[in-house]
Amino acid sequence: MKVKVIVTLKSGVLDPQGKAIQQTLNGMGFANVKEVRQGKYFDINIDESDEQKAKLSVEEICKKLLANQVIEDFKII
Amino acid sequence: MNSSVIIFPGSNCDRDMDVALKKFGFKNKMVWHDDNKLPKSDLIVLPGGFSYGDYLRCGSIAGKSKIIQSVIDFANSGGLVLGICNGFQILTETGLLKGVLQQNKNIEFICKNIFVKINNNKNKFFENINKDVLELHIAHNEGNYFCTEDELKSLEDNNQIAAYYCNSDGEIDEKSNPNGAIKNIAGIFNEKKNILGMMPHPERMIDQSLSGEDGSIFFENLLKNLK
Repeated sequence: MKVKVIVTLKSGVLDPQGKAIQQTLNGMGFANVKEVRQGKYFDINIDESDEQKAKLSVEEICKKLLANQVIEDFKII
Repeated sequence: MNSSVIIFPGSNCDRDMDVALKKFGFKNKMVWHDDNKLPKSDLIVLPGGFSYGDYLRCGSIAGKSKIIQSVIDFANSGGLVLGICNGFQILTETGLLKGVLQQNKNIEFICKNIFVKINNNKNKFFENINKDVLELHIAHNEGNYFCTEDELKSLEDNNQIAAYYCNSDGEIDEKSNPNGAIKNIAGIFNEKKNILGMMPHPERMIDQSLSGEDGSIFFENLLKNLK
C-alpha cells in the first residue's frame, strides 16, 4: 500500500528558502502572501496490506531517516 | 600515528585531507564507506564534500552507511573522530554530535577565508596549540549551526563549543558570522571531547604559497598531542 508523508520545519525554525519564495511572490504582485514554509513530500510504496502496520513502519522510517527531529516534524497522511 | 579517512560517494575533500595528514606525519589510510571494518586507527576523519549528493539532508544518507556503525563504536570507545564540513553534518546526523547544520541564512554558498577562535583547548585536538585565533577556509551551503536552547545550554555548561567565528582580532561579533550559526558556533565537541565537528577546513590551509598555514598549526599540534 502507499503511505504519504509530509516533513516540515518546526515552527520557529528559520526557513530561508520559504522566506525567499514569500518575498518573490510579494514582488510578483501577490501582496497578500504573508508567509511561506517549504517542506518535503514522500510517496512510499510499502509491501504491507495492514494499514496500521504500514503506518507504524513508516513512523519508524520517519524517525530514523526522513525527518531530523531537531528541526523537523513529520505527518503521515 | 595511524589515521583513516572515510570516502563516501560525493566526498571531495578526502584527498586533500589525505595529503594534509601525511604531510604532518600521519600514516593515513583511505576507507571506503561500504566496508565494515576500520583499519587500526588513532584518528578517524570524515571529510568534506557532498556525500550522496546532499540528498534528503546533508549527511543523512552517509550517516546510515555501512562503515558508520564502526565509526560510532570507535567514537564511543573513546577514539578520536574529526568531522570537517560535510563530516560535521554526518556527525550530527548520526547523533554523535548535538544539533544540526541548516542552510546558510543568506541562502548562498559561501566560499572564503574566515577566522575562528578556539574556545576550549583542554582536549586532544587543541591542547598546547600556540595560537587561539586561526585563519581557516569555509566552503558550504549548509553551515548554519542550530540546536535547541536546552542543547545550547548543555553545550555551554560542558564546555563543548570548540570554536566560534570571529574577526582577525578574535572578537566574536555578528559581522564575523558568515552563515547565521547560533552564537557564531563554528565547531563543537561531544561531551567527552573525543569527537570534533567543525565547518572550517584546516586541510585547505597547509601551504603558505596556496593559502595560509594556520591549518598546519592544527595538524602539527594534533600529531604532537597523539604521540
